[in-house]
Amino acid sequence: MVEWTLFVLFAALSVGAAILVILPPMARNPLHAAVALMASLTGVAGLYLLLAAHLLAVLQVLVYVGAVVTLFLFVIMLLNLGPAELGHPKVTFAKVLASVAALAFGGLVALRLWNDPPLGQAATVDEGFGWVSAVARPLFTDYLVPFELLSIFLLVAIVGAVVLAKKEY
Amino acid sequence: MIVPIEAWLAVVLALFAIGLVGVATRRNLLIQLMSIELMLNAANLALVTFSRWHGDAEGQVVAFLVMAVAAGEAAVGLALVIAFFRHRRSVLVDEAAQMKH
Repeated sequence: MVEWTLFVLFAALSVGAAILVILPPMARNPLHAAVALMASLTGVAGLYLLLAAHLLAVLQVLVYVGAVVTLFLFVIMLLNLGPAELGHPKVTFAKVLASVAALAFGGLVALRLWNDPPLGQAATVDEGFGWVSAVARPLFTDYLVPFELLSIFLLVAIVGAVVLAKKEY
Repeated sequence: MIVPIEAWLAVVLALFAIGLVGVATRRNLLIQLMSIELMLNAANLALVTFSRWHGDAEGQVVAFLVMAVAAGEAAVGLALVIAFFRHRRSVLVDEAAQMKH
């Protein structure tokens, strides 16, 4: 019962705030959208906790809410957008069509899952599941090469971001 | 787990569809980047859900890798937005219709 309550709470937070991110009247100002994104990602962190992915829940708050959304907020402040730069909201046929197509995609996948449920009951997991050592062991054995590639990727991303955002080349 | 996997996957699909609608309909580059983050989060949530259902932590490892890639993507994407804004004084994708600067 508690699990259901928490699930509905966090799911409503993440999905509801996600809608506020993209809904034009609410998210006219990108600042409002960024704050809504923050709420949505926090909701997903709560869902991770319910799934016993404790380390990922902590990282979600640290990396997404603490770093990525803050980066968004810094860029929004740096650009200092006024009403002129933000443009006027227009409802066009193409946009309606795109929304219907995107929602139809979600509906079709949901229908497929509903007709053929992927898995029955969840596996029983021991106490340390989802905490640091359980995640770190496969990360530093089977996934060592992707992990090292990731460090090179992050280095390239840092250099690329600095070069792109520089005033003069 | 009392909550069935269908409920978890419904949240995943809702988040992904919202992100897809955001990328398809919003012209603001910043909002489009945020929508991409939403879709990556939906993928991560699916990975963690299946990881829990299989009782295997490897799904969480992949979600960790996706998280780092998403952070790098946001950094480069926002740098591109800044460079684009310097050229065009705008963050709307409609302005990005020319191949020369």
